[in-house]
Amino acid sequence: MAPSPHILNTANTTQRMMKDVLIGLLPIICMSVWLFRAYAVKQLIICTLACLISEFLFVRMRGRSASLGDCSAVVTGIILALSLPGSAPWFVGVIASMIAMGIGKIIFGGLGMNIFNPAMVGRAFVMIAFAQLMGASAYENMTGLADAVSGATPLSALKFSGSAIKISELFWGVTNGSLGETSAFACLVGGLFIVLRKTASWQIPLSIILTVTGIAGITDIAGSHSGEFLFHHLFGGALMFGAFFIATDPVTSPLTAKGKWYFGFGTGVLIMVIRLFSGYPEGVMFAILLMNAVTPLINRWTTPLPMGEA
Amino acid sequence: MADQPTAFERFVQGILPENPVYRQLLGLCPTLAVSNGMKPALTMACSVAFVLLCANVVTSLIRNLLKPHLRIVVFTLTIATFVTIADRFLAAYLFQMSKTLGPYIPLIIVNCLIICRCEVCASKQSVFTAASDALGQALGFGLALSSIATVREIFGTGMFFGIRLLPSAWPDWVIMVLPPGAFITLGLLLGLVNWIGIVKSRRSVND
Repeated sequence: MAPSPHILNTANTTQRMMKDVLIGLLPIICMSVWLFRAYAVKQLIICTLACLISEFLFVRMRGRSASLGDCSAVVTGIILALSLPGSAPWFVGVIASMIAMGIGKIIFGGLGMNIFNPAMVGRAFVMIAFAQLMGASAYENMTGLADAVSGATPLSALKFSGSAIKISELFWGVTNGSLGETSAFACLVGGLFIVLRKTASWQIPLSIILTVTGIAGITDIAGSHSGEFLFHHLFGGALMFGAFFIATDPVTSPLTAKGKWYFGFGTGVLIMVIRLFSGYPEGVMFAILLMNAVTPLINRWTTPLPMGEA
Repeated sequence: MADQPTAFERFVQGILPENPVYRQLLGLCPTLAVSNGMKPALTMACSVAFVLLCANVVTSLIRNLLKPHLRIVVFTLTIATFVTIADRFLAAYLFQMSKTLGPYIPLIIVNCLIICRCEVCASKQSVFTAASDALGQALGFGLALSSIATVREIFGTGMFFGIRLLPSAWPDWVIMVLPPGAFITLGLLLGLVNWIGIVKSRRSVND
């Protein structure tokens, strides 16, 4: 092994990474626009614009030159929009974007300094502030869409009324849910792209998915559910979207390979704990935010010792 | 102790230059806990003002009897006496408010703002100075509490003092009346106060 620094590709800039993520998000955007039509388009435009404007304003307030060119605000805006229910009114997207940029990112010093994933900070804020507009009922009030997407979300239905839907529908994503989470297939395609491009680490998604498979599999066998429980938890909620696109945010996830495994394992456990034992049907957002909080600790624990010390 | 501040200086300092919440970061527990509406916030501010004034006056009266190693105990007992009075008074005359505030009135005993004023001012200065110090600090505390409560109540419920202020189309930001809203509001207002301070000091340097 050559001595460090191991810089393979000097073109590995923030802008390139963000563009990769945008390309990776394309299949999901297409899927959600095809599925939710105007709802998805409206939410995407609102969040992206609001994120860009808030980034511009807040960076100005700090007396720095604007940093819109690195595309990170666009990525945050799109991820935020894809994590919202299509029926959420315009101000939900605007407030979530302002909180994401202001309190989630710029207040800590901008990109690279933030502790929590900005998009998830914004979503958590509106989730608690407007529980009625973001909760289970928000997903059932959309008119003008196919029957398949007008009912409860798969995880809500499974949790509160015990009804399951076909696994193929779950996988391809012809179900209801937040704009970007419905199609496990689209998330896998986009996710594999950013993992292969080394924009996202492979350890985090893999360990999250393995952990969730493990816990949901055991629950499935213990409750003799013959598989539908496991697949609902794998493909039904925001697991794929969160594992590939949110948890892998390089700023808020651990730096070391070992740390990434711990991070993914912790996220997976928390997701299943929240899904199984809390009042919420879905726990990806809170699980990732909680693990963001312990990321500095994981980094400290897993820092490799230099040769010759210890 | 020649260069202790005068009574007037003590009074003025408490309001803004040494505001207990925004400058000294004291008494944050009630600041965060009861600032979700103007009514509980003002009740809390008045209770603190009463306890602070009485404790400061009594401490100042007995300041020559205080033994250094026992002073904190004496302060605490003095404060506890007046907190009990305030607590029972609220329970007797403002029962509903007493229920709303719950344990936070008894918790004034451990409000570090009061013990700080006993230690810093009342145990060293005359009764008049101690009383004006208490009034200034209490005013500052009330100002800080009501500024936070204003933001939280208007955003969180669209109301001010329980009176509808914003149109009913206003979507209540439930998070603002919950604990996270308290931390976010306090943090942002603290930043605002610091920013104003920086701008002011810059201006005075330039002048």
